[in-house]
Amino acid sequence: MSNLAILPILLPLLTGIMLVFINKQKTLVKVITGIMVFVNLAVVSWIGSVVFQEGPLVLEAGDWPAPFGIVIVADQLAMVLVITTNLIAVASAFYAFRSLDEQRERYYFYALFQLLIAGVSGAFLTGDLFNLFVFFEVLLMASYGLIVLGGTKEQLRESLKYILINLFSSILFVTTVAFLYSVVGTVNMAQLAERVADVEQQGILTTIAILLFLVFATKGALFPLYFWLPRSYSAPPTVISALFGALLTKVGVYSILRVFSLIFIYKLEFTHQFFIYMAGFTILFGVIGALSTNNVKLIVAYNIIPAVGFMMAGIGVFSATALAGTIYYLVHDMIIKAALFFLVGTMAAISGTYDLRKMGGLIKHHPLLGWMFFIAALALAGLPPFSGFIGKFLLLKGAVEEDHYGIVAVGLIGSLLILLSIIKIFLNGFWGEARLAPEQEKASENGRLFPVALLLIFTIALGLGAEFFYPGIQGIADSLVDPSIYIDAVIKE
Amino acid sequence: MKNVTNDLILKTATTIIVFLILGFSVYLFFAGHNAPGGGFIGGLMTSGAFVLLYIAYGFQTMNRVVKIDFKTFIPIGLTIAVLSGVGSFLYGQPFLSHTDGYFHLPIIGKAHLATAMIFDLGVYFTVIGVTMTIILSIAKDEGEQVENAE
Repeated sequence: MSNLAILPILLPLLTGIMLVFINKQKTLVKVITGIMVFVNLAVVSWIGSVVFQEGPLVLEAGDWPAPFGIVIVADQLAMVLVITTNLIAVASAFYAFRSLDEQRERYYFYALFQLLIAGVSGAFLTGDLFNLFVFFEVLLMASYGLIVLGGTKEQLRESLKYILINLFSSILFVTTVAFLYSVVGTVNMAQLAERVADVEQQGILTTIAILLFLVFATKGALFPLYFWLPRSYSAPPTVISALFGALLTKVGVYSILRVFSLIFIYKLEFTHQFFIYMAGFTILFGVIGALSTNNVKLIVAYNIIPAVGFMMAGIGVFSATALAGTIYYLVHDMIIKAALFFLVGTMAAISGTYDLRKMGGLIKHHPLLGWMFFIAALALAGLPPFSGFIGKFLLLKGAVEEDHYGIVAVGLIGSLLILLSIIKIFLNGFWGEARLAPEQEKASENGRLFPVALLLIFTIALGLGAEFFYPGIQGIADSLVDPSIYIDAVIKE
Repeated sequence: MKNVTNDLILKTATTIIVFLILGFSVYLFFAGHNAPGGGFIGGLMTSGAFVLLYIAYGFQTMNRVVKIDFKTFIPIGLTIAVLSGVGSFLYGQPFLSHTDGYFHLPIIGKAHLATAMIFDLGVYFTVIGVTMTIILSIAKDEGEQVENAE
């Protein structure tokens, strides 16, 4: 038993509740948010170091033994993602202090934000399929609140779509869990893995696996279920878009990674082969979307989709190297998507428009913003020495080793097009004649660049310091290929 | 007001029925844990009683009498529920561990008390807060529209 494992969920939850009480004192809310995001980050980093040294922490809630009660499993994979989540929370909190209007702050933005972090951390940590559904609901509830906050016309239109699609996939999720329970009689992931292994994933189990995949693919925005994402994610203010883009789809990807590396791994030639095709289409269609628009925020939002495709490719190839690539890319993408949303949000705030054709020459008065964007663009496209390169390199290396040349080609072409789509922002937004004199600008970049700098430091560290991070990530991938490690940690007999 | 409805029967009946519902909701709340009932259903029943009062006496009258902001029930309930789970930390037990026992109380006599009841109390408050906030917000919307129309 270890209560440490629950802390990443409990701390933001308690903070969120506390912020509801003191909602009227605006300064106090900000001070507490500012302190608590750092406390959370410190606590989860500490738990992470414990997990990496001593192996997974398992909490059996209410002292009910593992297959029967609810378990919280803090293994290495979960902790890496929880730490990244909290890093993004720090950056988002400080970006929100600078950029959010008073009305949104008054309507519980910071409380919802903390609850979102609690939900996302919970989804990463839970060891129980039904509770994965519960934590999905927790984070979705918070996200419903966040997406509609402010109530502009566009937000209301997009939130309706967002809520309907998520409601539908949640219904499908809980139905599928019920199917699975009726077949194997458990929802504990470790025991599920054992029982599915016993019958070698026959007949109906593969059908259930595909249904689960559809649920997670909707949440994670895979081809052809991504249609709802770009516009919904670009409707709310930048900081909320950044939170959604960095965290929510990644929970979907994580769920696929967990379920299809632990439980449903006996019909690889069918399920995982299918993933590779999905991944290819996701990369291509996502990047075509990104090329099709001149709205800077929409370009970044579309770029979420090919990134999900890359991660799926790694899961589809399903070798230790490719999975390491997926995890590396997952961490990289969470950080870089948040940074990019902050950057285009700042650009738009300065020029007063999201339309790329109406921007220009921003680098003249904002050199720091410009070069930060350049670094972020290169990292997104996967150029060395940034973190995207290491992730993509591992992914493609894994794919070549397993003779999946098709996805390698699609991946490389996709990367090139991603670079094209994002460098378009740099060329049109930063170069050329300055459209606005400093006094005409709608907002200043003061304080907005600090969160971006924090995130970019980690991007560079993940790239240049790959020697340091890679062994840990490879260790996680090795343990994913061998599910018995997870099963033994949860069910000790 | 143009149309004054004659709702004497509703009002008179409500004053009695509300106490029956409230009493039953408390019974349901304590019946939980071992029998059908508990914080959720008790909370719904209590909000039912409040809603009936609002229907019978109208929004403005009730707002004059009941000066409670139901929104504050939500964080209070959540705090109680979460802290009842955290309480187990003090005894070195896993999160959400609960215990129970038999006690002799004055008047009632031998009673079965469980710490799960504290969690249920949190649920009870949260449910009242959420239900009343939703219903009253919808009711308020309509009221504003009527005012605008006139």
